[in-house]
Amino acid sequence: MAVQKKEFCSWFSALAIGVSLLKCLLINTYHSTDFEVHRNWLAITHSLPVSKWYFEEYSEWTLDYPPLFAWFEYGLSHIAKYFDNKMLVLQNLNHASPATVLFQRLSVIFTDLVFIYAVKECCKCVQDKKGTKITLENPRFVLAVLLLWNFGLLIVDHIHFQYNGFLFGILLLSVARHFQGRHLEGAFLFSVLLNLKHIYLYIAPAYGIYLLRSFCFIQDSPDRSIKWRNFSIVRLLELAVIVCSVFAVSFGPFIALGQFPQVVSRLFPFKRGLCHAYWAPNFWALYNAADKALAILGVKLKLLDMQRLPKASMTGGLVQEFRHSVLPSVSPLATLICTLISVLPAILHIWLRPTGARAFLRCIIICAMGSFMFGWHVHEKAILMAVLPLSLLAVENQRDAGIFLILATTANFSLFPLLFTTPELPIKILLMLLFTIYSFTSLRMLFRATGPLINSVESAYLIGFVPLEILCEFVYPLTLWQQTLPFIPLMLTSLYCALGVTYSFLRLYVSLFSGQDFTSKAKT
Amino acid sequence: METWAIVSICVLLGLTTRWTVSLNSYSGASKPPMFGDYEAQRHWQEVTYNIPVHQWYFNTTDNDLNYWGLDYPPLTAYHSLLCAHVANLINPDWVKLHSSRGFESPAHKLFMRATVIVADILIYIPAVVIYCLYLTEGSAKRKASMLLCVLLYPGLILIDNGHFQYNSISLGLALWGVLGLGLGWDLLGSLAFTLALNYKQMELYHALPFFCYLLGKCVRQGLTGRGLTALVKIAVTVLLSFALCWSPFLSDPQQAVQVARRLFPVGRGLFEDKVANTWCSLNVLIKIKTLLSPETQIYLSLAATLLAVSPSSVKLLTKPTFWQFRLALVNSSLAFFLFSYQVHEKSILLAALPVCLLMNELPLVSVWFLQASTFSMLPLLLKDGLFLPYIVTSLGFLFFGLHLLSLLDRGTADDLRLGPLCGRLGACLPGLTFSSLVRWGFASSVLAIAALTFSSAVLAAPARFPDLFPVLVSTLTYAHFLGAFVYFSIVQLVDVPRRSSKKKAN
Repeated sequence: MAVQKKEFCSWFSALAIGVSLLKCLLINTYHSTDFEVHRNWLAITHSLPVSKWYFEEYSEWTLDYPPLFAWFEYGLSHIAKYFDNKMLVLQNLNHASPATVLFQRLSVIFTDLVFIYAVKECCKCVQDKKGTKITLENPRFVLAVLLLWNFGLLIVDHIHFQYNGFLFGILLLSVARHFQGRHLEGAFLFSVLLNLKHIYLYIAPAYGIYLLRSFCFIQDSPDRSIKWRNFSIVRLLELAVIVCSVFAVSFGPFIALGQFPQVVSRLFPFKRGLCHAYWAPNFWALYNAADKALAILGVKLKLLDMQRLPKASMTGGLVQEFRHSVLPSVSPLATLICTLISVLPAILHIWLRPTGARAFLRCIIICAMGSFMFGWHVHEKAILMAVLPLSLLAVENQRDAGIFLILATTANFSLFPLLFTTPELPIKILLMLLFTIYSFTSLRMLFRATGPLINSVESAYLIGFVPLEILCEFVYPLTLWQQTLPFIPLMLTSLYCALGVTYSFLRLYVSLFSGQDFTSKAKT
Repeated sequence: METWAIVSICVLLGLTTRWTVSLNSYSGASKPPMFGDYEAQRHWQEVTYNIPVHQWYFNTTDNDLNYWGLDYPPLTAYHSLLCAHVANLINPDWVKLHSSRGFESPAHKLFMRATVIVADILIYIPAVVIYCLYLTEGSAKRKASMLLCVLLYPGLILIDNGHFQYNSISLGLALWGVLGLGLGWDLLGSLAFTLALNYKQMELYHALPFFCYLLGKCVRQGLTGRGLTALVKIAVTVLLSFALCWSPFLSDPQQAVQVARRLFPVGRGLFEDKVANTWCSLNVLIKIKTLLSPETQIYLSLAATLLAVSPSSVKLLTKPTFWQFRLALVNSSLAFFLFSYQVHEKSILLAALPVCLLMNELPLVSVWFLQASTFSMLPLLLKDGLFLPYIVTSLGFLFFGLHLLSLLDRGTADDLRLGPLCGRLGACLPGLTFSSLVRWGFASSVLAIAALTFSSAVLAAPARFPDLFPVLVSTLTYAHFLGAFVYFSIVQLVDVPRRSSKKKAN
């Protein structure tokens, strides 16, 4: 056992140090406006009193994350001043001196230590395969690579620039705590996470229902029916105290200052459009495309009048409101209802038939994907919320491994447009190949005995990414359409990826209802 | 996992590192009027593209040899011409005669970086992969570990993809030569090595082992029978490929002489800058550069080099095995580096390549040497603004060396091929095992390197000694290189039978 533990530490640290060094090599790559967003937040939190944080609007990138994240930036700013004091001045818009870049990049790399720790805890939750002495064939090793070296996370955090690693670290740690039966800790971590970035509200329903059903009911009846006499008020109170105190620490000061409505209006800006400038590959991308196709068809068949169609280029580049021409326009409320309907079966499932932490994890993934599919103004990066947790299931179950391969490859490809600069083109292709080759060969090796992971139609779909990439980034820019119709490659990418994401979503639902988590539970 | 997957993952990691390093600055970036090696390569494209072949190596109104005149063999010139044609397709301004001088733009940088990585992909990396898969003993894991470590060797990456040169072409061709000899295709090997020699004259550092190995092998087959035909075939191959490379310059003897004069500029002095070889280190104590006449300097360095290289060459001639050949490559290139005339700090890469090839048999010493060789180029890398990639790649190489090759467990006398010699040494130093001594040496060397790296980058040199840190760096690395030369010479000359290691590998 001691030998095994020592070996675990040895290869785990190799993977972690290796990827951290790779991140350091990415310091001088392109960074998006998110870099300036976070610099501005450093300046706001450092130079203004708390009461002005959510009112400041000198820069267009106003503070729109929850208070704990603002405090996180406040903490960082006290280290930042030793690198370059000028980045902390509000008026220094777009300040990106080498010291500033170094500091901001290093802050992401070092906060990723939380992620690394969380991955380590997740690896411990995975069953060691019996009879494998080779490190490469150990499911824990595969999981560690799939998480630590995740392509999407690497390019979004360390090239594009965001702090997702640290946030996903908290999420995965919370999931691992639930796996380990330490539910209160898990709940605490999740409420902290919600107060760092409110996008995780998407998966809050899964947490709420799971904690109510599997934690607040002390013992399970054999037929899994709900017996209210097993309900423990004490546990509910414990949970409530933990969650409410985290929220109180976070929002309390702003409620005391009477700024709560202002903070909320910053957090939920519904003035943005249905889709982001680049359509996230979700249901609305397909909906928009159908609308556009119908409009063109209508004009061709003389059923519609060209003049009366609303003029708006859907992928013009600016975040704007957009009206559909043929199909009904979508309101924020409609997307909310669609999202709720899409995740409701999964939530009902874990309420009615609770089958342990793995089903809970599956429900989290479905919630993340449901809101990705139907949410209002979804960013393409949000798909990581489904891909990362799915890695945990993929190394244990053959069918999940198949879904993971389709979803992860599609999701990774859908992140390609984030990096549109030529110097980063080779990096994204190389890293994508690295991750794809590894995930395919390692998962196939884990489930060698149980047959192929994906069928021929699925692999044909995935191989389709190769010509798509060649067309979009190598052939299309040479054609004349690049000037007149520059958005076509983005649209093609988004539509093609939307197919894969939708398919994986449906497959996940099937896997939830086919109840394979019973067996996993029986094993543990 | 399948071998192809592991190999491609290693290669992809190597390529990713190369490309991310190449996003950093290069030598002479926006430093007019002379710029640096990047501009030299661009200028060669301009010259070869616009000027007829017969004027490439001559000083004319259109070809100012004092401004980065072509001083590499014809193959480099052809390569420049090829790149120039591509450059002209993309943007003719990049290679316009005269007006393109000192041209710099992000797009041009991207193009130049791409030419380097294309050369890596076509020549160097396939050679490394084949060497690690087919000429390395041991388990698949061991082969993969070695492949990754060789591909991540920071020195070559930092100079080629950072500072800007095309060493991966000349070294890659030389490696193809080694592969040819190792796999028994002597003709192909000599062809590849001739091409290497015609790409960069510095490959002469490797020429003696190639010559001695092939000659020794032919002698062994009998100089009257099969050996003679083999020798004639090799000689014809070499001569033909030489003639092919030099064909535009052979019509007129004056041409050939001028090219040769450009390749071996004897007027440049015994050494330049601070380089970790004998002459520069000696210069700290005795000012030989001013004491001796230039001619004496040439003869002195020639004699010293020949003296240093002869033992390993003679040994190889009498015992032409592949193991001896690889050791002789190290010894010959180190002898040239330490004692020959006009050595650059980057020439240590010529010794680093054969040391990389010994990483499987002698992991500890190889990694130790390679680490020191990267460190020896620190002053240059600092000047180029490559400190960050230097730190990251060096740490990565050291860490993966320690982790994948389990260096610290491989420091016994047997592992270092010093078995019989160490019995006596052990008696002199009671209480200390040989391997712990080696480990201490390694650790203190790494610490010294780390300390000196830190002080060179952070501290300002005292006003009285502005060159303090470069001199300290070159002296420290000189000690390493001299030690390595002595060690590898002993290993080659004593030639302990390799049975013990084979058992372990199995």
